[in-house]
Amino acid sequence: MSNPANLQLTQSGELRHFLTAEGLDRLMLERILDTADSFVVIGHQEVKKVPLLRGRTVVNLFFENSTRTRSTFELAAQRLSADVLTLDIKTSATSKGESLLDTLRNLRAMHSDMFVIRHGDSGAAHFIAQQVTPDVAIINAGDGRHAHPTQAMLDMLTIRRHKGKFEPLSVAIVGDIMHSRVARDQIHALKTLGCKDIRLVGPNTLMPNYIDSMGVSIHTDMNQGIDGVDVVIMLRLQTERMAAAFLPSAGEYFRLYGLTRQRLKQAKPDAIVMHPGPINRGIEIESAVADGPQSMILNQVGYGIAVRMAIMSMAMSGQIQQRQASASNPLSAEKRS
Amino acid sequence: MATTPTAQHPQLADTSALVETLLLQVDNLISQHQLQQPLVVGIHTGGVWLAQTIAQHLQAPLGQLDIAFYRDDFSRRGLHPKVNPSSLPFDINDRHLLLVDDVVMSGRTIRAALNELFDYGRPASVKLVTLCSVNQRELPIQADACALKLDLEAGQYLQLAGPEPLQLSIIEQTAHV
Repeated sequence: MSNPANLQLTQSGELRHFLTAEGLDRLMLERILDTADSFVVIGHQEVKKVPLLRGRTVVNLFFENSTRTRSTFELAAQRLSADVLTLDIKTSATSKGESLLDTLRNLRAMHSDMFVIRHGDSGAAHFIAQQVTPDVAIINAGDGRHAHPTQAMLDMLTIRRHKGKFEPLSVAIVGDIMHSRVARDQIHALKTLGCKDIRLVGPNTLMPNYIDSMGVSIHTDMNQGIDGVDVVIMLRLQTERMAAAFLPSAGEYFRLYGLTRQRLKQAKPDAIVMHPGPINRGIEIESAVADGPQSMILNQVGYGIAVRMAIMSMAMSGQIQQRQASASNPLSAEKRS
Repeated sequence: MATTPTAQHPQLADTSALVETLLLQVDNLISQHQLQQPLVVGIHTGGVWLAQTIAQHLQAPLGQLDIAFYRDDFSRRGLHPKVNPSSLPFDINDRHLLLVDDVVMSGRTIRAALNELFDYGRPASVKLVTLCSVNQRELPIQADACALKLDLEAGQYLQLAGPEPLQLSIIEQTAHV
């Protein structure tokens, strides 16, 4: 079960955990996007709620701070009518010495149906899905530098809704690729969905070693990197990187890689600009661009709720089907206690 | 899947005659219950086609529901990815609604539709209008206007093709999908 795709899918190929975009086929990614499209409408209705997950318990486990991801996951679960519990781990029993495993076992004993997990260690969600609570649907809300697949999928939804098919598109991902948990999933998802021209733009010091093998082009020159692209995805520059001497200064970074109105003219005239937030105005992006007509930054937030609703409802459905299949097979090791 | 020749079911052969019958019944229903300015709401897909005809006949506003998010078998069958947006372009509070579907069989679709309707408001009344009623009810739900009542064998289902022309036919399936 080392292949992440196997772990994420039921025996009949339905989603049951969502840990990374890697290893999921095009059909599955498109099903997620189609389902999310259906949920976008719910956000515009007077009553923004459907009863799909009524009676199910979703626990948000955030070992790291994240206002946006946490609140959109909460809203997504609530709009699906689930009961939602959000644990800020700093104030919970782990600070009294309870181990992660014991915390999870306790939550499982409360008959939780889904854990949404954000953790600083790469592979945390994967480990929990495989070793700790395989009968609880696990959604990865960001693990270390590894993956942040719901963010990547909301970016794909934004691109598809505003640009259509992926095949003819040129997409530039700009910034701190090395420390980004989103970039990897974005590359996997873009490639799986048929995008041919994926460009990574940033200083050499922020390009990871693995990147050569991913079938993307690498540009240290910003103007060249975004020349003629349809989509510019800016990554957040974490200011602590400056302290670690990856970069000389914020001013220097903005001069070389900041997205200004002038620089954006290199891209196609109808190019869209995306950013996962929170944005550092004047460091990676100029305010006039962030607030400008090509910016999708606020649209992305709304799409984030729809994508999370889609993934949560699909994983819950798969997990329940898996449980029922296991329950009818007494030899299965995954019988729910 | 096999389609039974409609010749075996003479009432089905002329679907447009059934629609005419239904429109008369709707007129009767409205006058009998003195429904002032009713709103017409069709259930996706066949119900919407029928609701269009009824709304046109009554000169009444039309809305549509896709009840996929309200189904009671979601955890067993999963979610169909492409759900058509429900659209009720009017305030349903304190209004009389005609809820329209092509066929009422188990009653579960109507249950889901009623649940969804009440997320939009509190109507004064809801009347159920269906072209055909099949004798396999699993819930206490009955049509208020219905052009044809039919007894089907296990494994047989009614399907409405459309929108132009509307044609009801019986299909046989080994399992309900």
